[in-house]
Amino acid sequence: MIRFAIITISIAVFCLTSNIALALERFPPPEFESGYEFPSTTTPHPQQNIYEYIDTVVLLAALVLSSYLVLKKRSRRAIYILMVFSLLYFGFWRKGCVCPIGATQNIVLTIFDSSYAIPIAIALFFLLPLVFALFFGRVFCSAVCPLGAIQDLVLLRPINVPSWLESALRLFAYVYLAAAVLFAATGSAFLICRYDPFVAFFRLNGNLNVLIIGACLLIIGVFVGRPYCRFICPYSILLRQLSRLSKWRVTITPDECVQCKLCEDSCPFGAIRRPSVNWPQTEYGRGKKRLAVLLLLLPVLILLCGWAGSGLRKVTSRMHPTVRLAERIYMEDTGKVEDTTDASLAFRATGKETEALYEEALNIRADFGLGGWFFGGFIGMVIGLKLIAVSVWRKRTDYEAGRASCLACGRCFKYCPMEHERLKKLKEAAI
Amino acid sequence: MSENENNINRRHFLKDGFWATCLAGLGVLGGFLLSKLKSNNTVWQIDPYVCVACGNCATYCVLEESAVKCVQVYEMCGYCDICTGYLEPKANPPDTGAEKELCPTGALKRVFVEDPYFEYNVEESLCNACGKCVKGCTVFGNGSLFLQVRHDRCLNCNECSIAAACPSQAYKRVPANEPYLLKKVEHA
Repeated sequence: MIRFAIITISIAVFCLTSNIALALERFPPPEFESGYEFPSTTTPHPQQNIYEYIDTVVLLAALVLSSYLVLKKRSRRAIYILMVFSLLYFGFWRKGCVCPIGATQNIVLTIFDSSYAIPIAIALFFLLPLVFALFFGRVFCSAVCPLGAIQDLVLLRPINVPSWLESALRLFAYVYLAAAVLFAATGSAFLICRYDPFVAFFRLNGNLNVLIIGACLLIIGVFVGRPYCRFICPYSILLRQLSRLSKWRVTITPDECVQCKLCEDSCPFGAIRRPSVNWPQTEYGRGKKRLAVLLLLLPVLILLCGWAGSGLRKVTSRMHPTVRLAERIYMEDTGKVEDTTDASLAFRATGKETEALYEEALNIRADFGLGGWFFGGFIGMVIGLKLIAVSVWRKRTDYEAGRASCLACGRCFKYCPMEHERLKKLKEAAI
Repeated sequence: MSENENNINRRHFLKDGFWATCLAGLGVLGGFLLSKLKSNNTVWQIDPYVCVACGNCATYCVLEESAVKCVQVYEMCGYCDICTGYLEPKANPPDTGAEKELCPTGALKRVFVEDPYFEYNVEESLCNACGKCVKGCTVFGNGSLFLQVRHDRCLNCNECSIAAACPSQAYKRVPANEPYLLKKVEHA
């Protein structure tokens, strides 16, 4: 009966304070007479640590093998087999996590949050593909990335995307990268992980909205080669820029280009660059003027977009849970909304000062203001540099794989007559 | 011709310079990360003193069956006959044989120890992390039942989906060698 009374009292206490987070010892543990012993709470340990090292070794091995197959062996079939293996291992077996694309955010968080310590596997997952890109081009994309692999498998009827459209769509990837860095740096969210479109397929389970996005991308991917890689993937931006400088890279022909044009339409990703036509002499003067204007426009664009990015801080900072909470509490306190949410109830139960919360939220918003300058400035710079790049004439005599765009899938190899020549010689040598 | 060659050389020189800069940049970044490295990975865990048992853990996990489960710290438990984590608030009197259990899946089991004490156990395979018992136990009882990420089940996603949906921001990254945040016994 005493216990009943205590329960009634505690209910009353609860109604007064509604303080759930505090654990009270309302009922002292009994002193058992029967020699009862307390069972212990089980704490099963995570298994990740061993797997991480295995993953890193497999990643390194796959990158080495991919480089060899792309540059030396030049065999699409072997690349395909490695790609399927990567899809099965990194995708379906390891459930697509951690991947280098998402690891970008961990790197950013390590730089901006001193309390976060990065596991060695994640650091290597981020760095290894970039180092390989600097030496061998985008060999990570070709046969190691599970997200690229799942799209490559569904590519059945490739259509050509006009290059102006491709460039315009690619701008989204730059914005996505900048946003992911902004949100990771402010500790708001890991955007790339939240909207990873294919991880739901790897796990055969997931958020419905993301699953729909993933399914749409796969359906589009039947006709447009690897839409995620080309237009969305934020990590591809880093790989693109580094593979521009790569020491060795995919060459369509193993020998000298004979200008036969056979490879012209072989690339489903629009990465083959044709020999350039001569710049018309009459255009020369105008082109020079345009370039000068664009060069002057570049800093203007950077400042303008930076200003806009900073001005968006009220919207962008809502990605941070503390800012969302502060806005909610403010709306409740000023009577703009009647009801409460789980989050606002949880905050009130802690008994913290509202003013302190507001101040914290304003500080975060100020961070977003500063970050917004970099976020917008980066996008402005990308637009400006792209405009300059299309206004500069580059001499090209042969059919080449685009340094940045080539995904090193090896589809173009067998279109080259010189490649057939090489294979014939190899066969003869073997006999 | 010679001018053209010079041009190419200059371009190559610039390119090599850029290349070396990028490699050095990656090296510096690698060195920086090395200085911040911990041999230990981090995993996600719920701070039980912040958790409000809202029920999101049951639905937001990427796993079919949530990796979050209810745990019992026996030293904190009052071993009550009328357990507010076990029975519904308006349950029938205990002698009617028609009391209603709070747990929707029947995962919270009770075993008679000695009069009038009962031991309460969570059957992990049945628990769906709805937090109903946690709320009951924390609000009216000692709070010995609470939610924890079970690391034999957790995939350790880079961004935990439940953490993103947690209204009280109770999810934390904790070192993998101490992966649980169990409540401490207060009476000692």
